[in-house]
Amino acid sequence: MTSMEDTLTPLSEQAKALLKETGIPLGEYQEIVRLLGREPNRLELYLFKVMWSEHCSYKNSRPLLRTLPKEGPAVLQGPGENAGVVDIGEGWAVAFKIESHNHPSAVEPVQGAATGVGGIIRDIMAMGARPVALLNSLRFGKLEGSEGDRTRYLVQGVVGGIAHYGNAIGIPTVGGDVYFHPDYQDNPLVNAMCVGLLRVEELKKSFATLGRPVYYLGSKTGRDGIGGAAFASEELSEESESKRPSVQVGDPFMGKLTLEATLEAIRLDLVEGVQDMGAAGLTSSLSEMAHKSGLGLELDLDKVPRREAGMSPLELMLSESQERMVLVPRPGRERALEELAARWGLDAVPVAVTIAEPVFRIKSEGQVVAEVPTHALADSVTYVREGQESPEVGALRAKDLAALPIPTDLHGVLLNLLASPNLCSRAPVFERYDHQVGTNTALVPGKGDAAIVRVKGTKRGVALKVDANPRYCRLHPRLGAMHALAEAARNVSVVGGEPLAYTDGLNCGNPETPHGYYELSETIGGLAEASRALGIPVVSGNVSLYNEGPSYRIPPTPMVGVVGLLEDVERRAETGFRKPGEFVVLIGEPLGELGASEYLWVTEGLEAGHPPRLDLQREAKAQSAIRDLIGMGWVRTAHDVAEGGLAVALAEMTFPYGLGATLELRDPGRPDALLFGEAPSRILFSIDQGHLQSAVAHLQSLGLPHRVLGQVGGDELTILLPKAQLKWSVNELKRSWEAPLREVLP
Amino acid sequence: MKVAVVVFPGSNCDHDTRWALERAGLKAELVWHTEGSLEGYGAVFLPGGFSYGDYLRAGALAKFSPVMGEVRRLAQQGYPVMGICNGFQVLTEAGLLPGALLANTNLHYTCKEVFLRVERTDLAFTSDYRKGQVLRLPIAHGEGRYYADEETLARLENQGQVVFRYVPQPGAASEAPYNPNGSLLDIAGIVNERGNVLGMMPHPERAVEEVLGSVDGEGIFTSLSKALSAMA
Repeated sequence: MTSMEDTLTPLSEQAKALLKETGIPLGEYQEIVRLLGREPNRLELYLFKVMWSEHCSYKNSRPLLRTLPKEGPAVLQGPGENAGVVDIGEGWAVAFKIESHNHPSAVEPVQGAATGVGGIIRDIMAMGARPVALLNSLRFGKLEGSEGDRTRYLVQGVVGGIAHYGNAIGIPTVGGDVYFHPDYQDNPLVNAMCVGLLRVEELKKSFATLGRPVYYLGSKTGRDGIGGAAFASEELSEESESKRPSVQVGDPFMGKLTLEATLEAIRLDLVEGVQDMGAAGLTSSLSEMAHKSGLGLELDLDKVPRREAGMSPLELMLSESQERMVLVPRPGRERALEELAARWGLDAVPVAVTIAEPVFRIKSEGQVVAEVPTHALADSVTYVREGQESPEVGALRAKDLAALPIPTDLHGVLLNLLASPNLCSRAPVFERYDHQVGTNTALVPGKGDAAIVRVKGTKRGVALKVDANPRYCRLHPRLGAMHALAEAARNVSVVGGEPLAYTDGLNCGNPETPHGYYELSETIGGLAEASRALGIPVVSGNVSLYNEGPSYRIPPTPMVGVVGLLEDVERRAETGFRKPGEFVVLIGEPLGELGASEYLWVTEGLEAGHPPRLDLQREAKAQSAIRDLIGMGWVRTAHDVAEGGLAVALAEMTFPYGLGATLELRDPGRPDALLFGEAPSRILFSIDQGHLQSAVAHLQSLGLPHRVLGQVGGDELTILLPKAQLKWSVNELKRSWEAPLREVLP
Repeated sequence: MKVAVVVFPGSNCDHDTRWALERAGLKAELVWHTEGSLEGYGAVFLPGGFSYGDYLRAGALAKFSPVMGEVRRLAQQGYPVMGICNGFQVLTEAGLLPGALLANTNLHYTCKEVFLRVERTDLAFTSDYRKGQVLRLPIAHGEGRYYADEETLARLENQGQVVFRYVPQPGAASEAPYNPNGSLLDIAGIVNERGNVLGMMPHPERAVEEVLGSVDGEGIFTSLSKALSAMA
């Protein structure tokens, strides 16, 4: 922003009071006055406050987000609409998006998480898609010690809220990830992703033509969630508890009725435009729709269905009551739309009309109470700031780990690692979610590295995974973001899916501080780099900044949700060993790195060192190789080697069917780095003898390092090291792995 | 003969149930809960879901839906009527089956695979199974703990009205818990005295294709298909 002080008159006393009340910075206020050509009234100023919040306007992130690749052969709709859309063939497309609900979940975990799910579902249906899958990515603080009680309360509340909404509305929760890290103690992250299926010709947008009535469909408007978008764009503080009224209340039953009514209206071709009424409620949904259509809009607040009497225009405009949609009927179909809504027992009211003059005009009791140019609300100021890396992070990354002692009890280390909250079984979480309703889930949680949802009436399947490693991101934001995309894509490839595109939920600290801004810009820079190298564009996303308080800043956390395609869902791979006698092959090298590893955290309580380097060309090759082997029908068991290294990955492969394996790791080097070291681009698979030679030849032709490690069989996991032999029974491994989260979620 | 799948507001396994019926070669139609007549239907399914949000008590409001009068009539006339999950809860609330479904003993919604034994194969829904056959089916409910007074339980047992019972996974360690919700007598599904109204908590419609991980639920729909062609 340029300085405009020379052009300004001094602020009135009234304006000074309003600035204090709304917290709008002086510079932004002056820009608002310039755009309006006058001083805004109180209601107008609040419209700007919510529309120019980071949540709605991306004012700190927009210049950075421009650098992300958004084009690809499968992309039908990139960022800017309610959700992104990719083509999956045979006339079908998939709409998807991830969104954060962090601050509400910190204050009121059940409703915060539930309405996060409800909100992302509405985004997907606004594209004309039937939601077919939900995923979520959760981050919590410590389960141990005195802080553990609050963490357990949050885990139980958040998981309960997701289950409450997703189960009742009848959309399966098919995947997700959960991570525990002390820097999320005061600021948990709850990101929800929804995936919908649509016919290409039914793709809908936020759009209206001139002179059309704009309908409000769904629940009535109440005083809940007032100013939620603005709340999301502030740091959490002691006073946050008093912002419980900023948290919306979800009603999955109304959500289900609104969903079915909206999809029916689209299928019957009754509507020309659809928009979700989410963050910043009426204000955002109506002004954005008008702006995208190049039009203005006149809203009559007297027509808005209300849950309670005496609501002021300000309350109506800022309410984030849930389960509301905006529909624009095609000419002549107004009556049909009203009848359809009545059958579902919903309000459908023409609350506004599109006008030629590009202004957002709000009337109440016959009076114009606010009138602002639509472009002024949509195009906020943007900021480009100076970032600087935190010196503590740099020092931790530079820490030399060569002198670390090598544990004598490697047998026990694996048991401890499997019992780490970050690696233990997720069954206690996903058993709370209905993961099969819709009868499309071909790979349920716990069975594969990614979920697979098949498309009825075709042979196709869609593979879904969301991922981000906070340790890598804390110690090296750029590399961590690259890992996040690489690993989510790897998980999709490992079940047999070809990654088509991704959605990103960027959770970072305060962008107004140099360290916060550095982490944000490095995170986006890393995503852009990995995105280009792997050929995977971004089609939708969300930023959640200000995840910071006086004594903490969350690790930059880019939750990357990748969507991939399987042309033949029968050709897919699971995690577990299924057939005794199959050979176990590793793509990549056995020796991993200790920097930023889960092993280092579990054994030494240390988060330090350089995260593993990532060769993106090799990563792309490894992913394409495993897809080839699965696609040829040779491989039915494959698994990404992630946190905890080879030993943990192998143990995880024994769990689903209780089948053990015997393997040799004869490489020189530290045994702990061999067993538990981490490195990207590594994939384990098992294959029968008949196809082993051809598979190895294929890996050779691609120039990929690989190793035949051993064979599947028995009920023990045996690992032969150069100077030791380690042996665990599958049952003993499983007991360590199953217990920890079951204590939190019985 | 065609089969009606009743859609209450909040039903969410309606499409899945129709899909499973159609795969078994049956003609199935979704019927809105306000429908006053089920004339022409040879069987009725009450699908799973959260009818009316299940805010009061699972199935407690659905029993007042207009279509329930017709469901009752068909049940009394001996037509096959089946409730799955929320549908089972509606049938007990409506008094078409005895007992009640209480909150699971873990007090949480639970979605996972369970094993059940087929106790009766002389019904329209079970003729394609073998007696004693063990099925692998998913459950997905928060209130699935079958409860009835001792007299009712004894009657159910004596008259062979228990159709499905939770059992341990074949080959699993004997001490492993297998009853997922605390149901009395390990009851997973029961039938009325006449043998035409069946309710069960597990979801057979979710286990009708290899791609979904199990085909053990198919028998329900293929059995009904045979029964209906015999009726026609």
